[in-house]
Amino acid sequence: MNIITQLLNALPGSISQGLIWGIMAIGVYLTYRILDIADLTVDGSFATGGVVAVVLILNGCNLWLAMLLAFVSGILVGVITGLLNILLGIPHILAGILTQLALYSINLKILGKANQSVNVNKTELLISLRWVRDFAFHNPLITVGIVLALLIGILYWFFGTEMGCAIRATGANLNMSRAQGINTNFNKVLGIMLSNGLVAFSGAFLAQFQGFADVKMGQGAIVIALAAVIIGEALFGKIFKNFALRLLSVAFGSIIYYIVIQTVVTLGFDANLLKLLSAAIVAIFLGIPHLKKQYDQNHIRKYKGGRSDA
Amino acid sequence: MLDIVGVEKTFNPGTINEKKALNGITLHLDEGDFVTVIGGNGAGKSTMLNMIAGVYPVDCGSIVIDGVDVTRLPEYKRAKYLGRVFQDPMTGTAADMQIEENLALAARRGKIRGLKAGITAKERREFRELLTMLDLGLEDRLTAKVGLLSGGQRQALTLLMATLSKPKVLLLDEHTAALDPKTAKKVLDITEEIVGKNNLATIMITHNMADAIRVGNRLIMMHDGRIVVDVKGEEKKKLTIEQLLKMFEASSGSEFTSDKVMLSK
Repeated sequence: MNIITQLLNALPGSISQGLIWGIMAIGVYLTYRILDIADLTVDGSFATGGVVAVVLILNGCNLWLAMLLAFVSGILVGVITGLLNILLGIPHILAGILTQLALYSINLKILGKANQSVNVNKTELLISLRWVRDFAFHNPLITVGIVLALLIGILYWFFGTEMGCAIRATGANLNMSRAQGINTNFNKVLGIMLSNGLVAFSGAFLAQFQGFADVKMGQGAIVIALAAVIIGEALFGKIFKNFALRLLSVAFGSIIYYIVIQTVVTLGFDANLLKLLSAAIVAIFLGIPHLKKQYDQNHIRKYKGGRSDA
Repeated sequence: MLDIVGVEKTFNPGTINEKKALNGITLHLDEGDFVTVIGGNGAGKSTMLNMIAGVYPVDCGSIVIDGVDVTRLPEYKRAKYLGRVFQDPMTGTAADMQIEENLALAARRGKIRGLKAGITAKERREFRELLTMLDLGLEDRLTAKVGLLSGGQRQALTLLMATLSKPKVLLLDEHTAALDPKTAKKVLDITEEIVGKNNLATIMITHNMADAIRVGNRLIMMHDGRIVVDVKGEEKKKLTIEQLLKMFEASSGSEFTSDKVMLSK
């Protein structure tokens, strides 16, 4: 019983964390699924969002303005990766890795040190882990939940516009897009910008939620986001067809991921091995389509029917 | 409508794989000209269309469409003037998007794509009407993913997309080659209907000699990156396949060889 009580006690925190990472995962979904690009910039831009927000908040900046500027910082980071790709012809994955590495230095410079706390008792914050049980707007479940719903609404609208459709077409078929007059390079950059903007925005929420920003807070973030995307698709892919619902399924995937992680930790799983667990989960799910094909190939049935001329 | 002057293109210059694909192509098309193009493997047919479309830059020469010099414009900017259908039915449409979304993308070719709705209710009605004319049963499947369609349906849809906002020149790169004979005929019929109705300047590469002779008002034959035969009007109507092969041998000094050309119907 004790474990169940512990789990239930931890649930609001896990769900909050899942919601925050859900925004991040939706950002990754835009590049990974819509543009068909694996953009590794996000490990860096997630931390950039966190450090930008914390520095601004500590300097007395309006909280929502700090969130907006964190979003803008992510967009600027996206521009760099995009330009490395389209102007210098560096492959997407490598362009992302280069930006991510460079961001480590930049994040350190912005923050001035490796990590910086923001104490919720001394500084006004939008959300905090301490408030997960409060029945008020500043409860992260409510604040992040509302913001997430708004973001899904805005993205649903945007990807239905001419510009959004052009981004989707770019990811779906480059040749066709160019033949239809779509500037595919521009649209790729636009998609990567939007993605990193959301990722940085999510990082800004997480820094407040956990009460500190750390230049390493984005390490492995791409894996958590991919886990969220994959879990969401595996569980809700069959029923959620509409674009807004597919974004929602990514957020659900993220929440489920954090509930599962919380559960295994509560059950006594060594917390130091969590990243190994995350990587293994993602590797297995990414590998399932391939394994299924192999299995089918090895299990082609023999024709058993009779032939008249045999 | 289209003026190609002295266009040359060499792939992989200075390497062991050097290939002179276009060897000084000069071609003029008037409005409503429907040119069929035949030629053997590596004659430069597809390269010529790709040069017009801007897939790769030319080495020298110029390409002018309706008075606009497009020689230095990137592919996506030239798209404003061009409608294109490819040999591979997968190339011309986005499989993961709906039929109506594909059409809506094509309807905005050459226009600035802003924050207006990607598809309007009025467009949906128009698309339904246009698809009804194709007579392929697509009019009731506007929201179906294009990936669910057959090759012939996808080519017909691509053709519709290519001509939805009227192009100055329509480029057809063996667009019926990947289809079975019956479907190929249907797509070719639709092609003639659309081209005729819009009076479009059209270049159609085909591997079917009989089609090349029957369709359009002009026929050119390519060999080694050059246009070696160019027949128009009455002369073209009277052509036979035998004559065409003789003309080819006389002008190129070799036999017509292609692994897929169809000499008969």
